[in-house]
Amino acid sequence: MEFLSPATWEEALAAKSARPDAVPIMGGTDVMVELNFDRRRPAALLDLTRVPELREWAPDGDRLRLGAGVPYAVIVDRLADRAPALALASRAVASPQIRNRGSVGGNLGGASPAGDAHPPLLATDAVVELASVRGVRRVPAREFYLGPRRTARSDDELIAAVLLPAPAGPQQFAKIGTRNAMVIAVASFALALDAGRRSAGTGIGSAGPTPLRAPEAEEFLAAEFDWAGGRPPSPAVAQEFGALVAAAARPIDDVRGSAAYRRHALSVLARRTLGWAAADYRREMAACG
Amino acid sequence: MRVTMTVNGHRMDADDVWEGESLLYVLRERLGLAGSKNACEQGECGSCTVFLDEVTVCACLVAAGQAHGRSVRTVEGLAEAGADGAPGLSDVQEAFVAAGAVQCGFCTPGLLVQTEDLLRRTVAAGAGAPSDAEIREALAGNLCRCTGYEAVIEAVRLAAEWTERGRPAGGPARGEAR
Ligand SMILES: Cc1cc2nc3c(=O)[nH]c(=O)nc-3n(C[C@H](O)[C@H](O)[C@H](O)COP(=O)(O)OP(=O)(O)OC[C@H]3O[C@@H](n4cnc5c(N)ncnc54)[C@H](O)[C@@H]3O)c2cc1C
Ligand code: FES
Ligand code: FES
Repeated sequence: MEFLSPATWEEALAAKSARPDAVPIMGGTDVMVELNFDRRRPAALLDLTRVPELREWAPDGDRLRLGAGVPYAVIVDRLADRAPALALASRAVASPQIRNRGSVGGNLGGASPAGDAHPPLLATDAVVELASVRGVRRVPAREFYLGPRRTARSDDELIAAVLLPAPAGPQQFAKIGTRNAMVIAVASFALALDAGRRSAGTGIGSAGPTPLRAPEAEEFLAAEFDWAGGRPPSPAVAQEFGALVAAAARPIDDVRGSAAYRRHALSVLARRTLGWAAADYRREMAACG
Repeated sequence: MRVTMTVNGHRMDADDVWEGESLLYVLRERLGLAGSKNACEQGECGSCTVFLDEVTVCACLVAAGQAHGRSVRTVEGLAEAGADGAPGLSDVQEAFVAAGAVQCGFCTPGLLVQTEDLLRRTVAAGAGAPSDAEIREALAGNLCRCTGYEAVIEAVRLAAEWTERGRPAGGPARGEAR
């Protein structure tokens, strides 16, 4: 096995292009488990931890450009106001030690349908920035996940960053698991309201072959939400929203939960996050006078 | 490959490191620092927790080559950092002993390092003693199959108190805090 240790982004892209079979490693919280348990013997590891750009974030127009290697702990501590749903999801990842190391780029690289970063990226209409020696391209998260652990990223590409639109309303995230920490989601859900466009975004995790959206639930909520006053949604609206989210999932039975349980859990998560988001919405309205 | 790093303040070289090897393996099997424990090798138990450039990580999930040129502090380094340069146990270590938070001891090195980090970010930074909820959240990635955690939490509270007000002269009799 080779250990490639580029010091710059250009070197990293050149290395990935020369060795498309090299496995990138950032926080290592997925890659090292596979190596420790002999599940993977790549010809080369491509260490990205020495590339400074991957750990940086900065405004990009009216979006936040978040380097692919920024650890979850930094997102929680520093970026909660600029990326609320992603920060909530980051806080729900594993344990402090893992959050100190694990990254959104790694979540996207592995593309497990249970990854906690995916629902917020879908709900907020974030964009994934991919780069190779051939150039840079920006793919909406909503077009990034193609199949089980299959994504729009080509073999010679690295994930450079994600672009997060400025929050235009409340964002929420919730996750179901057997414990409050250290659990891969049984089901997870993110909701983002856009007060300007009067639209809603959703993201479903761990309940399908890929992370999913619930487009019908989004349309229903955009039409039914009280954008002028932020009144709590009626029980009937909340119920229907939950049902539409559950209907958009494509879950399976596995060790973590049955498909039926996952659908039920999602309808509950959808109702709860909607209630929280409406309360946030009223609070923001009151704060703005 | 050769991996060179600063471990507990000393420059150390490890030779013939396999490219896919973990930092934990290098520490334990090549550098003879067996304090950090290997109990799962998959990030679940926290018994391998060390400081990497002063941030706590699971050493089993760091590729050895990623630690090259960096600074690592293990449980062995906590004792070295004790009382005025003289080797001795740190406040956190003494508190674990005093509170009876150590049974088989397998989880202890990871808990000590993670507690050290928590106290540094809270009391030692002037932000006051951590609440029980903060303690539980900080230690959520450290599993202990013996103590049931109550004595561990008590040890962290005690260590926070000592950090804030100073450890009582001579220290309490061992086991007294229970
Ligand atoms: C104990 C434990 C608990 C966990 N709990 C959770 C949880 O609650 N929620 C959750 O979502 N995940 C969880 N995970 C999984 C893991 O922590 C996350 O997927 C994390 O986001 C991975 O990030 P990383 O930087 O460590 O990735 P790495 O392990 O370094 O890489 C992961 C994958 O992404 C690729 N990759 C990394 N960076 C790039 C890049 N810039 N460009 C292209 N490809 C790249 C790698 O080649 C690899 O395929 C857990 C893992 C462990 C060990
Ligand atoms: S041995 Fe590293 S977390 Fe368990
Ligand atoms: S004391 Fe035995 S595992 Fe914690």
